[in-house]
Amino acid sequence: MGLTNEQIKQQLTEKFGEAVFNFEESYGMLTFEAAKENNLKVLQFLNDEPNMGFIFLTDLCGVNYPDDKGRELAVVYHLHNLKENIRIRFKVFMPIEHPDVFTASKLFSAADWMERETFDFYGINFIGHHNLKRILNVDEMDYFPLRKEFPLEDQTRIDKDDSMFGRG
Amino acid sequence: MNEHITLPEGSIEKHTTTLNVGPTHPATHGVFQNIMELDGERVVSTEQTVGYIHRAFEKLAERRNLYQITPITDRLNYCSSPINNMGWHLTCEKLLGVSTPKRVDYLRVIIMELARISDHLICNSIVGVDTGAYTGFLYVMQYRELIYEIYEEVCGSRLTTNIGRIGGFERNFTNTAFKKLEKFLKEYPKVLKEFENLFTRNRIFMDRTIGTGAISAERALNYGFTGPNLRAAGVDYDVRVHSPYSSYEDFKFNIPVGKTGDNYDRFLVRNQEMWQSLSIIEQAYKKVQDFKGAEAEIFHANVPEYYLPKKEDVYTKMEALIWHFKIIMGEIDMPKGEVYHAVEGGNGELGFYLISDGGRTPFRLHFRRPSFIYYQAYPELIKGGMLSDAIVTMSSLNLIAGELDA
Repeated sequence: MGLTNEQIKQQLTEKFGEAVFNFEESYGMLTFEAAKENNLKVLQFLNDEPNMGFIFLTDLCGVNYPDDKGRELAVVYHLHNLKENIRIRFKVFMPIEHPDVFTASKLFSAADWMERETFDFYGINFIGHHNLKRILNVDEMDYFPLRKEFPLEDQTRIDKDDSMFGRG
Repeated sequence: MNEHITLPEGSIEKHTTTLNVGPTHPATHGVFQNIMELDGERVVSTEQTVGYIHRAFEKLAERRNLYQITPITDRLNYCSSPINNMGWHLTCEKLLGVSTPKRVDYLRVIIMELARISDHLICNSIVGVDTGAYTGFLYVMQYRELIYEIYEEVCGSRLTTNIGRIGGFERNFTNTAFKKLEKFLKEYPKVLKEFENLFTRNRIFMDRTIGTGAISAERALNYGFTGPNLRAAGVDYDVRVHSPYSSYEDFKFNIPVGKTGDNYDRFLVRNQEMWQSLSIIEQAYKKVQDFKGAEAEIFHANVPEYYLPKKEDVYTKMEALIWHFKIIMGEIDMPKGEVYHAVEGGNGELGFYLISDGGRTPFRLHFRRPSFIYYQAYPELIKGGMLSDAIVTMSSLNLIAGELDA
C-alpha cells in the first residue's frame, strides 16, 4: 500500500527507459510524457501491471500549442488508481501536420467518445478507432474549432447587421 | 417469420423496426436523439446523437477572466449549478494557492449538499414519472422550492446561480437564509420519508426497475462511471471522501452503495445519499453556529486580486477602487501552471482541467463532464430490454443535456 509518485516514476523508467520523459509534479500530480507511438504501450502498462493499477480513465482531452514547432498538438490523459487513490497525468505531443495517435478505446470504453470529442475539436486522428466522426459539432464542419488558429469573433467589430436581433 | 405474407417484388425483408426517439421527445427529458432498432418491443441496438445544445464553453472560456467563467459553469448541470460554481472556484483557488477560512468551507458545504439534494430529487422523481407515478414528482417540487429560496437569499438567483466568488461568497448569509435553512431541515425529512414510502417497496415500481438497465462494477469502471451510477454498481468511490475539498474531511457520513447497478439500485443509492446530505448539512450548520464574534462574520478569504471589493468601498476607498478596476479590466495575470480539480457533482465526478500560461485568461479549460462519459454505456445498458425500460434507464442515469453537450 501507499503508491507514491516517486515509485510510479521509478517503475516507468525501469520499464520504458528513455521513452518516458519530462517528469514533473504540478500541484501534486505526477505528469510525464511519451512519444506518440508509445502512448498505447504506456497506457497498457499502467492499466495491466498489478502494482500500477490505473484502471480508471478520468479524462482525455486535446491541447493546442501553436508556438511549439513539431509539438503543436497534445493529447492529455488523466488516469486514476482508485485503490491507492492516486492520479497521474500523461501527455503525448504530435506535429500538426501528422496528428495521428493510437486509440485507447479498446482499453477503456470511456475513451470512445472522449476521443471523438478530441477529433471533433482538434482534428487528432485516433488510429484504430471504430467510429471516428464528429460528435458535438455538425458533420459538415470543415475546421477544428478549438485550435488556436480559429479565434473567437472580435467583439469590437462593427460590420455586423444586428437589426434582426433588436440591436443597432 | 412472416411466411403468410408475400412481399412485393424488390422489397427488402427487414425483421426490425427503426424508431426515432428524440431529439425533442417528452420522454427523454432533454435533447437526446436515439435511433433505435426494435424487434417488437425489444431494443436490438441504438445509435445516439448528442450535441444539440453544444455552446462551445471551452472555446468561450479561453477569452474570459476567471470570474467570468463562473456563469458558464452554471449551465453545465443546471439541476445543481452551485456545485459546478463551487467546483470552479475551488479549481481557481488551487491554481492561485488561496486557502479559504473554515467558515467559508462549511457554508459552501451547506450550499453544495443542498444542491445535491435538489439534483437527486429531480432525478428520482423523474424516474417515478417514467414508471407511471406522477404524484411524487409534483409533491417534491414544492420542497425543491425551499432549496431555491435559500439560493435566492444567498446569491439572488435560483436556477443558474453564479453563487460565490473566488475566495468565498459575495455576501454573508443573512439571518433569513439561516431561518429558511432551518425550515428546510425541519420539514424535509418527513417529505423524503413519504417519498420513499411511495416508491421503495411499491410493487409496480420494483417490477419496473429491478433488473433493468443493469451494469457490472467492472464495466462501469471501464466506462468511466462516477457518482451514484458507479456506487449503485457497488464501487464506493466518492470524490468527497477520496480527495476531500472544502473541508469535507470534517464531516461524518456514509457512502451508500448498491450491488447490481440497475435502475432500482440507482434509485436507492440516490435516496440514501439525500439522507447523508441532510446529515452533512446539519453538521455543517452546527459548525457554522459555533463561530462567535468576529469569526462569525467571515465569508471570504483575503484575496484582493480576485475578490471583487464591496461597492461602497469602491466609491469611497482608493485601494478598493484600484482592485475593482484591475479585476474588471482583466489586468491581473494568473500564475503559470496546470491543475486538475474534481468535485462530487450531482451525477458524478465533475472535473476542471485548467492550463494557464501566465496570461489573464485560461490557455485551455476542459470540463470533465460525467454524463458525457457515462452516456456512452447507454446502448449496452438497454440492449435486449423493453423500449419502455430504456426510457426509465435514461432518466435513471441522470443525464443532463446541458452538461453532456457543454
